[in-house]
Amino acid sequence: MSIREPLVLGIETSCDETGVGVVRGTTLLSNVIASSMEEHARYGGVVPEVAARAHLEALAPTLRRALDEAGVTLDDLDAIAVTSGPGLAGALMVGVGAAKALAVSLDTPLYAVNHLVGHVGADILTDGTSGADAAIEYPTVALLVSGGHTSLLLVRDLVDDVELLGETIDDAAGEAFDKVARLLGLPYPGGPEIDRAAVGGDPTAIRFPRGLSLPKDMIKHRYDFSFSGLKTAVARWVERERDEGREIPLADVAASFREAVADVLLTKAVAACTDLGVPRLLLGGGVVANARVRELAAERCAAAGIRLRIPPLSLCTDNGAMIAALGAQLVMAGRSPSGLGFGADSTLPVTSIQA
Amino acid sequence: MLLAIDTSAGTTVAVVDRERGILAEHSTADTRSHAEVIGTLIRASLDDAGIAVTDLSGVAAGMGPGPFTGLRVGIAAARAFAVGAGKPVVPIASHDAIAFGLGLGADDPVVIATDARRRELFYSVYRGTDDAGLPVRTLGPALAKAAELELPAGHRLIEATEVSAGALGMLAETLYANGRAFAPDEPLYLRSPDVTLSAGPKRVTS
Ligand SMILES: [Zn+2]
Repeated sequence: MSIREPLVLGIETSCDETGVGVVRGTTLLSNVIASSMEEHARYGGVVPEVAARAHLEALAPTLRRALDEAGVTLDDLDAIAVTSGPGLAGALMVGVGAAKALAVSLDTPLYAVNHLVGHVGADILTDGTSGADAAIEYPTVALLVSGGHTSLLLVRDLVDDVELLGETIDDAAGEAFDKVARLLGLPYPGGPEIDRAAVGGDPTAIRFPRGLSLPKDMIKHRYDFSFSGLKTAVARWVERERDEGREIPLADVAASFREAVADVLLTKAVAACTDLGVPRLLLGGGVVANARVRELAAERCAAAGIRLRIPPLSLCTDNGAMIAALGAQLVMAGRSPSGLGFGADSTLPVTSIQA
Repeated sequence: MLLAIDTSAGTTVAVVDRERGILAEHSTADTRSHAEVIGTLIRASLDDAGIAVTDLSGVAAGMGPGPFTGLRVGIAAARAFAVGAGKPVVPIASHDAIAFGLGLGADDPVVIATDARRRELFYSVYRGTDDAGLPVRTLGPALAKAAELELPAGHRLIEATEVSAGALGMLAETLYANGRAFAPDEPLYLRSPDVTLSAGPKRVTS
């Protein structure tokens, strides 16, 4: 099946956002997100069972709203796309079950796609108005950072050739923000709280460690990340200051921690671009909302002659439009639908662009 | 005519008609493959019944109780199918479908129990059927430790490992024909999410 500008509905339920989006080719028609973030706030992190329950409640209303906002009906759809992984298994299964039933009810082709590659796909969407950004060029390095993942990809072709360069070996960067916020007595989610607390702070006040950046790490884990040591280092520093009766300089701690995260993210991403001779970097994932991460990315990329792309924030966080966008690319490339037999795969590798 | 889906134990899908009964039924007892098989079983049931989606008047959904992850797949599928078909969801308590499928007599008390994992059972108590042949639930669904489930006097214990979507669909048809209420449109979890609120960050230095 190959359609020039297919109308595709995308369903995303891999973490705590129920996302449904509609695209026509590379044009974004709607992007509706129901988040269960507030329900997780009291636990300080995403609780899989709470997220899965919220997906089930949000799914049908979100679906209807996405169609309404796009101004299309279900009969108009050329295909449905759904995230089959990676992500939280119980959460993914809600979307997979719903997408399959919807596809059968409409007799519409169904594409099971990779969540991480979907983040890259978000960047090809335009709002359809003239003057939109020039199309994404390949190959590109993509840095995807959220509460659920921290991955560095080399994308040679969105529907054909995606390689995992590295990923976190312990916590995701977003998780580190949540955990450090907690130990500083700040609420969940940690990213915006740390951003706020860091205002006026000195990012060089405390030299927190950069995970997997020692010369020996740079051989085996050149493009991998580790944030659990950083979190522990912040905890130790704060405990020592408290034990010695000193007041915690919140702004300095927040700014220094945030600098450590942003520094290691961008150092490795820029190194990948330089090593591979790929002067293009794409950012994706909810942590892109972090002001310092964006600022440092702009600085470092400018210095290294790397062209930086950051999709609008509403397309950086988990959403259904990016899944629809990747589905539309698969349709346009003439790929066969996934059929009905696939499952939810919580560890789906990025090389499996379509399941 | 209804499409009926239940994933409170294995995965089962049927197409039923009030006059003609169960037209098609497909199921697997596997309690780990709900997301994999749901689409295929729906497709096969529609094909076997030889009907179009537009022939359906609704989608009966087994609302549990059952292990959560699997249970949600069926409810999500039923809700999404209903959106696609433009028809209502008809929520049914899964134990009621089991009781209905037993063909109980008017004075025929039973306790239906299904696996809730962690050495616990979901159970419901019925005293028999009413004059419409519908099971009369007097207690439950509720949760009990498997070793501590007490059988009220005179009740038979029915330990069920599967739910028939055919029975579920026919129960929905019979409830509708008799002007009875369906179950509430929410999953019967009967357990809060497993979360322990920690007292705060633990010290990392001693
Ligand atoms: Zn994501």
